[in-house]
This record gives sequence, C-alpha cells and structure tokens, in this order.
Amino acid sequence: MPAHDVLIIGAGLAGQRAALAAAREGASVAIMSKVHPVRSHSVAAAGGINAAISLDDDWHSHAYDTVKGSDFLGDQDAIEVMCSEAPGEVMHLEHMGVTFHRNDRGEMDLRAFGGASMKRTAYVADITGQALLHVLYEQLMKHHETVERYEEWFTTSLLRDEQGRCCGVIARDVRSGRMEAFQAKNVILACGGAGQVYKPTTNGLIVTGDGIAMAYRAGAPLMDMEMVQYHPTCLVETGILITEGARGEGAHLLNSEGERFMEKMAPNKMELASRDVVSRAEQIEINEGRGVGPGGTGIYLDVTVVPRKRTLEALREIVNLGKDFAGVDITREPITIRPGQHYIMGGVKTDIDGQTPIEGLYAAGEVACVSVHGGNRLGANSLLDTLIFGRRSGEHAAARAASMAMPQLDTLSQLRRDSDAIDAIIDRPRDGRRVSEIKNELGEMMNAKAAVFRDEQGLQSALETIARLREESESAWIDDRGTVFNQDVLGAIELGYMIDCAETTVVGAIERKESRGAQFRTDFPERNDEQWLKHIDITLGDDGPRVSYSPVTITQWQPEERKY
Amino acid sequence: MAETHKPPEQFSFRVRRYDPESGDAPYWDEHTVELEPHRSVLEAILQAKDRFDGSIGIRCSCRQAICGSCGVRVNGEPALACHTHLDAAQKSAKDGVIEIEPMGNMPVIKDLIVDMDAVHWKKVQRVTPWLIAKQPVPEREYIVPHENMVDVTQTMACIQCGACVSDCLAMEVDPGFIGPAALAKAYRFVGDPRDDQQFERLNDLAQDPEGIFDCTHCFKCVDACPKDVNPMGQIMRLRRIATNDHHIVDQNNGERHEASFVTLIKDFGLLHEAEILPRSYGGNSWFGKFAPAAGKELLSSLPVVFKGIIRGKFNPKIAIFGHKIPKEDLKAVQAIYDKVESRPERFELNLYIAGEDEPDAVAAGEGATSAPGPEGATSPSEATVDQGAGASAPAGETPSESTPHADPAGSDKPAAAGGEAHEPRPDDPTGEGPGEGDDSSDGTEGSEQ
Repeated sequence: MPAHDVLIIGAGLAGQRAALAAAREGASVAIMSKVHPVRSHSVAAAGGINAAISLDDDWHSHAYDTVKGSDFLGDQDAIEVMCSEAPGEVMHLEHMGVTFHRNDRGEMDLRAFGGASMKRTAYVADITGQALLHVLYEQLMKHHETVERYEEWFTTSLLRDEQGRCCGVIARDVRSGRMEAFQAKNVILACGGAGQVYKPTTNGLIVTGDGIAMAYRAGAPLMDMEMVQYHPTCLVETGILITEGARGEGAHLLNSEGERFMEKMAPNKMELASRDVVSRAEQIEINEGRGVGPGGTGIYLDVTVVPRKRTLEALREIVNLGKDFAGVDITREPITIRPGQHYIMGGVKTDIDGQTPIEGLYAAGEVACVSVHGGNRLGANSLLDTLIFGRRSGEHAAARAASMAMPQLDTLSQLRRDSDAIDAIIDRPRDGRRVSEIKNELGEMMNAKAAVFRDEQGLQSALETIARLREESESAWIDDRGTVFNQDVLGAIELGYMIDCAETTVVGAIERKESRGAQFRTDFPERNDEQWLKHIDITLGDDGPRVSYSPVTITQWQPEERKY
Repeated sequence: MAETHKPPEQFSFRVRRYDPESGDAPYWDEHTVELEPHRSVLEAILQAKDRFDGSIGIRCSCRQAICGSCGVRVNGEPALACHTHLDAAQKSAKDGVIEIEPMGNMPVIKDLIVDMDAVHWKKVQRVTPWLIAKQPVPEREYIVPHENMVDVTQTMACIQCGACVSDCLAMEVDPGFIGPAALAKAYRFVGDPRDDQQFERLNDLAQDPEGIFDCTHCFKCVDACPKDVNPMGQIMRLRRIATNDHHIVDQNNGERHEASFVTLIKDFGLLHEAEILPRSYGGNSWFGKFAPAAGKELLSSLPVVFKGIIRGKFNPKIAIFGHKIPKEDLKAVQAIYDKVESRPERFELNLYIAGEDEPDAVAAGEGATSAPGPEGATSPSEATVDQGAGASAPAGETPSESTPHADPAGSDKPAAAGGEAHEPRPDDPTGEGPGEGDDSSDGTEGSEQ
C-alpha cells in the first residue's frame, strides 16, 4: 500500500504549490488528481495575481482592499498573512520561470483590477493561470524523483483512524478501474470549488466540489458556503468567462440605452468596483428592462475603447474567445455578457496554515475557507490564495509529518465499502432518472434560486428540490458498465458531491438573514453587522446539516459602509 | 460579424468507439443531436453522452479551449472538440455526418481517449522542461525586455492538447522524433533571457538525431494548433539560433543539409537534386563532391532512385544536370537573397500578436465614444520593426538576448496577416501585401450608442 508523509488531493495551483513546498521541506510527497495536472481548472484563471510589489504600494493597502472587498466578512489575520507574503511569493514564481509581462523598464508590469486602490495585478497576457500552472508543472517534472504523481486517480473518501485523525484516502485509478487505499500522515485537499453545482458556470466540468463534500462527510465543518460569486462578464449563451482584465484595461459596461450604468452604483470605481457590486448592477439593469441581446438578458462589454494593439497583446485570449464562442471581434464591437457563477468563497474551514479542525487534514485553494475572501473575492486574489495557502499547508504538513509515525489502521473495510458502492451504481436497474438529468436540473434550479438575488421563499423551495434530487440520485442509473475510464460512474459519485455542496450553500443562504457581499437577500436588503458579522459553519449531523457560528477576526479595520 | 442567434438544428456525427475490455475491434457509433450551429463538437458529444450513451469516453473540462483535454480528430483533422463549430464541421464532413476519431500517433486507451503519457509527456520531459535560471538570482524580478516575455508567451500559450503531435508526419515515420509540442516547449526556455543554458539546450537538440533537424517542415502542426503556437515556426527559430547565432554544426548534418538547399536555390533558382548530397556532406566547394559520406549515402539511396525512375517520378537527365530557369528569373531569385542578406540582423516576426498589422484607425473610428489618440502616432507595423531591431543584439554576440529576430524570407506562415482589403499599407516593412484574414471587420451592430 502506498504511504506518504503528505498526500495532496488535487493538482491545480494550490496542490502543486503544496507538493513543491512539502518536498522542499524533505517530506515524502505524493500528489493525486482525477485529471492530468495541467487540465486543472486553475488553468482558466485569466487576469492575474495581486501583490503589492510596486515600490509605491504597501501590502496594508492590498489587505484593506481585500477586507473591504470581502464586505468585512474576511478574517483579517488571514488576509494580513496573504497580502504580506504576496510579493515574496510572486517573486519566487518569477524566479521559477513564470513569464510575467514587463513594463518598458523591464520590470514586472501591473494592471488595474476590480476593487483595488491601485494597479497591483501581475499578469501573463490573459493566460496568467495557465502560465502559473504550467510553470509549476515544469517544477513537478523537474522534481519527479521527490514528488510522486498519481495522475488520473479519483478520490472516493477520506480515511480517519480511531483518534479521528485523517490518515489517508481511498482512490480509484481512472485508467484501470483499480481501487486502492493510500496511507498518509497528512492529507491536503486542494481540489477546487464546486462551480458545476450551477448551470451555467464559468467553471470546468471537473469542478464538482469533491473535496468539500469529502471533508464534510468526514466531519469537517464548512464555512460561508452561502457566499457564491457571480462574475460580471460571462458570455450569455455558454457562460464562458471574459476576464476582468478587460475592464482593468479600460473596457466599459453599457446598457441598452448606451449608458455606463456603473455611474449610479459606483461613481468612483465605475466598472472596477468589486464583482458583487458590478454583477448586482448588471442584474438590476437586466431586470428593469435595460438589457441587450435576445430577451434583453445581457449587457454590453465594450472593449473597443481599449487601444487595439494593447487588446491584441494583453487580452489575446478573449479576442479569440469572442471570435470562436460568440462570433464577435471584440476589438471592433461590444460583446454581450451577463453575470455568471464563477467562484465560491466558502469551503472547508481552515486556519492560516491550512489546517482543518480534523487533525491531519488540510485544505487550500478554492476548496478551503481560510477565510480571506469573506463575502466577496477580489479579482486576482484567488491565484494568490491558492499559492500562499498551498505553500503554507505543504510546509506545515511536512513539519507535522517529521514528528510523527505513520498511523496504522485497517483500510480494507473502507476500501471494500467504496468498491462495493461503485459496483452498486454500475448495477443499478434502469428505472430511475439519468445522472445527467438530475445534474442539469440541480444546476438550473440553483442558478434560478441561489443566484445574485435571493429570498426566503426561493431558497426554501430550493432546499425541497435538493432533497428530492438527493433521493433520485440514489437510484440514478448510468450506461457504462466497464472499468477502463468509466467516466459515467465517476459522474454519479460527483453528483453526490455536488448535492452536498448545493444543500450547504442553500442552508447557509437561508440562515444569513442579511445582505453582505455576494449574498443579497431581497427580503433583508441591508447589511446587519450587529447580528450577522460572523461566519456560518455547517457540519454534517445525523439528520443532515447543522448550523453554528464562529466570530470574524478583526485586527485593524473596523467595519464601515462599503462604497466604490 | 455580429452575434448570431440561429435556432437549433440537427447534427449527426459518428464517433470512433473502442472498448479495450470487450475484445472487439473499434467501430463507428452514430448519433444525432439538436444544437445551435455555432455550438461546438464537444457540446454535441456531451449531449449524446447525457441523453443516449454515457459510456462514450472523452476527456474534457473547460469547454473554452484552455485546459487542452479534448484533442480529437474531426473529419480526419486534429482539433479541440470544444473549439470546432458544428456548422463548420458539418461542412467539411464527407457525407454530412461529422466524423470524430481519437488523435493519432498515440495509443488509444478507450474511445476518444489516448495515452498522452506514453508519447507526448515523455517527449516534453526530454527537453529539460524547466527554467535553469541565470545566477545570481536577483532579489526582485529579472529585468528583461517586455518583447522577450511577449515572445515566449506564444509558446507558453501551448495548452499541451497534443493536436500537433497527433498529425506530425515526421513522428509517424520516426516515433522517436521529439516532435512539435515538446520542441515548442524547448523554445519557451531558449527564448527566455533568464535561462542560463541556451547553448547547451540548442546543442543537445541539434545533436540529437531525433531533434530539431528531424522536422520535415510540413506545416501540419501549424495547421493543427488551436492556440497559434506555431510549433514548426518555433522549431525553425531553434534552428536559426543554433546555426546562425551559436554556429552549431550538428553530427546529423542537419545544418549543412539545410545550407545546401539555400545555396542551391541561390545558384540555380530551382532545386538541383544531384547536387544535394555532395553539398550536404562536402559543403559548397567543388572537392566536396568527393566526400566519402556523400558517396555512401548515394549508394544506399540507389534503390529509391531506381524505383523513382521506373515509376516516372523524375527525369534522370534533369536531376543530374539541374533544372533551368530563364536568366531574368534567376536574377530575381538572387535579388531576394541580396535583399535578405544585406540586412544587418535577422528579423523575427512576433507571431503571437496576430492581427496587429491591421490599421488601428478603423477600430478608433468605430469605437464610438472616445477614440484615443496616442497609439495612432505609431503605426502598428512600425512597432513590430522596432521590436525586432531594438531588442536583439547582433546575431551570435550575445546569445542569451537573442529573441525577437526574424526571417524576412517568410519561412513561417504569415500568421500575423489579416489586413483590410480596402486599406493599403504603405508602411509595410516586408513589402508583402495584406494577407488573408478576418474579412468582416465592419460589423458595427450594437456600437451605435
């Protein structure tokens, strides 16, 4: 049975960064992912990474912007850690080989991004996530002798010993269908968010909340699950993302009357207000009949005001996206966009070293909630989050591993349970619904009822629907009866993960009777610091989700009214 | 070209299925789906998976041509399924039924899923795919020209989808060939001014019999690449930097073989087949004809030569004495050489920024609200020249700073093309007219605020 000091689940930016950090500390490391590492969804991050590297910038300013962006729900100790360590991390990446674009003095160039008080976003054209991910993978190839890679292995559950410590996982080799138990002193979850709970979403098909659900089922608390970010600029039909970098470079948002409507909501920052604010403003325009396109469901994003050469060089990817996925040359005409599900601020509750309340279990990246993003994440802070807390988790886990023996436990029974569960799915009679039908219904329902605007009635009916879908999913059938690359059966397991994520999201949204960050309750339209300046934690009880609260850590910035 | 919202139509496609557990041979599996014509082939496959048969195997995730998972062959050509429109695919299908197969040059695991580890990733590992940073590492970032970073971003933009590997003809003949994707990856370090091992990397790749000189210049990878990485162009740049800047003479005779073509065309205007071998081995001198290695290869080539003659592939007389072209034509050919060789340094087109040579004025005119002035001062194509001239030192002197230089002979596809037919470009530095390109730049629908 494979055994490692540190076993990392997920090989996006957080996972790869954790692996490299843990290996550097001398731990025996393995990284496991259900897809090849460069397919991880970090690849799609476009705009850049925030760090106060400019000589006239200060990490305190970055931290304040982040606190304000979070609508004061972010934990300020964690935000301080992230922002103060950001410049060093970005330099480290530069030395590793990331091809950050330069200014005319040959230094790293910085672009403007939403919610930031100055230009502090380092970037590689508009493929920053791809560049970072591929450079980290270059390092994994370099360190192939010290970091073992299990590529295309699907994790089915976390193992805990009698003392409750997390000490490994059960996983299935996608390619052969073989099930295996992996022992580990520490497990770091780095397997991303849960965007597929929504339809449409900017997230890839692999983003199904696996880590969140596995941790939840193992008893770890989830935090701030109601905070779901809608990105202001997604293509109307497919939900494909147009980077915030476009507005960072100066693009305008226009309604059907040709107005830059952000003047009303954010007279100072205009299009570069934080995402929750911009998405809400767009949704109001659409709801009040000033939308564009068929059915008036869109808003114009006008990139033609950006100098053409600059667009072609710095926004090349979205020039291509516009052409290929909407038939629009964005350098010549506006493109129709609308808000779309993009990111979840919530996740598995961790401290600033990535530790969850379960000993030996860490989480980093979108799967985790440290919380640095609070009610709303700033653009270009997610890449930073993955790298900082990926590294910190890796280092901490390696140090912990050095002082302990490999936990012993009987893995066979869990291995058999997971194995039997998969066989049972494959053998289900074809009299229920298809997995794909349930997944579609879930996504469309969530996008209707747990989106930019929410209310009690809609959320309650969402909860009822989720309960029904959960029941249906237990008898949902699949076509593939094979073992080699049986993606069908993995889809059924993922559906279970997604239903857990959807349920906790809705429970959190019902619980939070105020409007803060990405959560806007039309029945409670005001922020209410007196009652709700706190995190909502959800753990799995015998009868389903159980809600509790934890305080928000405030160090230097008292809550104030949020204006852009 | 404005956004079109056409109603859904029916599209039929057949997928090459293979189930390794069944013991059966691969077979075709046909489905019909209903989608808008500009939706992707991937969406068609996913609809069929959702509605009819969930066992169809295909890797996919992002649906926006960035994760690189869904490389397949559509109607025989390598492509990303998510990046191929249904209407276009239907048009290029033989019988109206879109044909979807797994990529080539890699073993099939199941249906459309191929074993990229066995081929692609092994080759990437071969090129030492990580930065070997110059020492000492600075406290802050390395200070490097912006142009170099934009330049290597073209290869950084490779999503490792394998489309170029799938149809590499050289790899088909020589599976050991390092291949287009991995060599493009190599350029990402060779072209990076922060890398310390430019010579070592190039020497390694030039001396390898399956390295940069194994490419046969067929353009397949250039066509296949969904991200305009232009792998073959990168291989040619590796060759130019290896030979022109570092004067690497490889044991495979690649450098001399290439030089023989260049001098032959200069001397005769057309290829002179009988002279290729002697010149490749013995160089341009007359005595070179007696290079023993040339004789050896000539002997070993005789069966092919005879077969060629018997089948009428070529005329022995012309092959031996050379093709003749009129004197004026030869002069015109030689004038090209003179023009190119008289340039003080090589000029490497930056192909990453496609469409840059289109006049900005049009966009500014259409851009409704405020047409910003400053960039109007520099015409974009002038800017390109500046890039090449400004950034690179004279060839060979300071190899580590070698990037954007260019080859005005245009050995690379004019990917930067895309001029306006109605807008002449008096300032065109290469003297070429505007190429084919985006033909619809006048769609102003929706910008009439």
